[in-house]
Amino acid sequence: MTAVLELSNITKRFGALTANEDVSLSLAQGEILALLGENGAGKTTLMNILFGHYNADEGEVRVFGETLPPGKPRAAIAAGVGMVHQHFTLAGNLTVLENVMLGSEPLGRMRSDRASARRKLMAISERFGLPVDPDSKVSRLSVGERQRIEILKALYRDARILILDEPTAVLARPEAERLFETLRGMTKDGLSLIFISHKLHEVMAASDRVAVLRGGKMVAERKTAETSPAELAELMVGRSVERPVREDQSIGAPVLLADHVTVMDDGDTKLDDVSFTVHAGEILGIVGVSGNGQGALGALLSGLMHPSAGTLTLDGIDAGQLGPRGLIEAGAARVPEDRHAEGAVGEMTVWENAVLERLRSTEFSKSGFVRRAAARAHAADLIKRFDVRGASPDTRIRLLSGGNMQKLILGRCLATGPRFLLANQPTRGLDEGAIAAVHAELLAARAEGAAILLISEELEEAVQLSDRIQAIVKGRLSQPVMAGEADSRKLGLMMAGVWEDSDAA
Amino acid sequence: MRLERRETVPLALVATAPLVAILAALVLAAGLIGAAGVNPLSAYGEMLRGALGSRLSITEMLTRATPLILTGLAAAVAFRARLWNIGGEGQFYVGALTTAWIGHSLGLPGPLGIAVLMVCGMAAGALLHAGPAFLRLRFGVDEVVTTLLLNFIVILFVGLMIEGPLRDPLAFGWPQSVPVDGDYRLPDLVPRTRLHIGLMFAIAAAGVVWLVLTRTVFGVETRAAGLNARAAAFAGISLSRTIMGVALVSGALAGLAGAVEVMGVTGGVTTTMSPGFGYAGIVVAMLAALHPAGVVAAAIFVATVFVGADAMSRATGVPSFISDVIVALSLLTMLVALLFTTYRLRR
Repeated sequence: MTAVLELSNITKRFGALTANEDVSLSLAQGEILALLGENGAGKTTLMNILFGHYNADEGEVRVFGETLPPGKPRAAIAAGVGMVHQHFTLAGNLTVLENVMLGSEPLGRMRSDRASARRKLMAISERFGLPVDPDSKVSRLSVGERQRIEILKALYRDARILILDEPTAVLARPEAERLFETLRGMTKDGLSLIFISHKLHEVMAASDRVAVLRGGKMVAERKTAETSPAELAELMVGRSVERPVREDQSIGAPVLLADHVTVMDDGDTKLDDVSFTVHAGEILGIVGVSGNGQGALGALLSGLMHPSAGTLTLDGIDAGQLGPRGLIEAGAARVPEDRHAEGAVGEMTVWENAVLERLRSTEFSKSGFVRRAAARAHAADLIKRFDVRGASPDTRIRLLSGGNMQKLILGRCLATGPRFLLANQPTRGLDEGAIAAVHAELLAARAEGAAILLISEELEEAVQLSDRIQAIVKGRLSQPVMAGEADSRKLGLMMAGVWEDSDAA
Repeated sequence: MRLERRETVPLALVATAPLVAILAALVLAAGLIGAAGVNPLSAYGEMLRGALGSRLSITEMLTRATPLILTGLAAAVAFRARLWNIGGEGQFYVGALTTAWIGHSLGLPGPLGIAVLMVCGMAAGALLHAGPAFLRLRFGVDEVVTTLLLNFIVILFVGLMIEGPLRDPLAFGWPQSVPVDGDYRLPDLVPRTRLHIGLMFAIAAAGVVWLVLTRTVFGVETRAAGLNARAAAFAGISLSRTIMGVALVSGALAGLAGAVEVMGVTGGVTTTMSPGFGYAGIVVAMLAALHPAGVVAAAIFVATVFVGADAMSRATGVPSFISDVIVALSLLTMLVALLFTTYRLRR
């Protein structure tokens, strides 16, 4: 087999940070190579260099034997490299066909040749088994379909080498399995693929060969058939990290009750008649494929959205209309889905962020003036108690790593000993070490009697942490199942919206 | 070449950015001065002499800087919360008009009357800004448009009032409002000059604004709302209350500028009493990187250009409009300089 793609001795620095150090990699014709590594290991940087989005400080990229000029994505496309980004780059108000044509037509042309573009798209779609309706608007498509369009877009530009950045991040497991089947079929047609992932099981299932990046360096290459998940995990993390285990404990009284709650937003039903109960000392897991109403559920329990029907009760008081501050005062704590957009004000200091939710409490202010000494001391205490690294109270919070920022946000939530804790995607984008730390904190809060609602797209996490699990599908909630009785098949069906209606009393 | 975000923004860079921006603006304006057939260096020499060359010129410059500090603070406070108040000019005029109107026949002793009139000017400016802020919060109306257009409405209204009910009968037909009572004229800071104690009020206002922004709950909430509105809302900060509060403070500061200018300099109101104090306040705020202490320094720079340009014009024949060009250019160069404080250029 010949190498269709070779990266040799790539080094890339961002200021003091070395994102890639002397990385070499080759891809054979018809091969699926998995690029495995934790967040921040340099996977995406490497692929961006390959694709010409970044210039490498050292090293070169050869495609089909030709050296690519650095910093020219068009050259990479012309050489036959296609990239499918983790965050899709589609225009929602255009049709599938228009999106595919966008950017591949010469700018000076007066009118576009839709007919021949349509023929070409349909031919590709048939050849690779990627069915699409060229005339539907992209905004109406599901994430799985959108990803298909991204792949088609690359193939339409005659890509022979396809790079997929975390392709399964937004897919449910059955969708992900289907995607890998399709990719496998594409290699039979002569395509070569690299996919970036930090999920061991899919790397084991779908790749021919695995390259492991850690801290910007290539630490190992293995044939997939000759390695094991355990070995890969250790290579990826550099040490063995064990997630804490949930101990059985007795469950207390109900703390948070949602009774037939419906949430509307702009005329759309975001949550449809959902009911759930979270007890003291219990973690209730909500699993589901991204975009099925988790956002609205998080907003409801954060006080940012309000029920249009049904009641939300926290410790016996009606909590539906309280708003963020009222909820906090009633004993709720919230870990937001997106820590950068909602959890923290990046340009403000750690201490300001640490007290932002309780700025008006007498603990941190007096007659309108902030008690800075008390606030700083509180932040220093959180940093110590929750092992936030690389921070002092006066550090801008933007400079913290994702894991440390999350630990601080968790600390802000848990410092008050809340009655109820919302943990919305608490480990998204974190590395193994930070995940273990966050899990430990959640379990400790549970042991102290907090009622915790965990919204997670990681099945494994939900099963490990939760006492009971409900699935969210199109804004509706399934009946709860005990975590002990939930196997991945049953959960998979629940997440696909298949649950017994007779359960729904 | 591409822009790359800096990990940290060094303080030295933030401090030098306005100086570099001003220098760049002067270099660019030198081209125009040269085109007018005058040696730019000697023109700038005349400008410096005209603004800072004598005791009298310095007091003149500081007199001009006084309203600029206040309008600059007005813009800086609003911009901190991402409320784009372009209405400083209108708020300045309602502050001035209210002060002249009430101050003409207010039966209170001097110092108390002055305090009352300042509060009235502030209230007028705050009220004028409350309208656009309400429309923005309630209906999402762009405040850039509403505050900007209100300026013209206010100035026309001022014209209406000084031609009609508030006309000064002793001004021999000159379109000017009745003056404030002599008891309410601000005392001179330096005898036999126009410089009045309003300068002290303006500097004190800068101190108060700094204190409020950094030390109070309202200040922290304002900065949070401006830097990341979603996170602020998530943390339970009421965005509408914060933004309305900011709007009132910002309008009050611009209104105070009008009040102080009437009591300190003009006595009555004319439609030409402001050479664009409200608009120049935006430049002042940007040059100051929205910092209250910077506002004082930037106001002195802009006042130097304004006052110096007149002297330069007399000495060299270059039209004094060059001052507007320099001030406008320094806003543009400052925006570029600000970009380079947060980003660096990489090849």
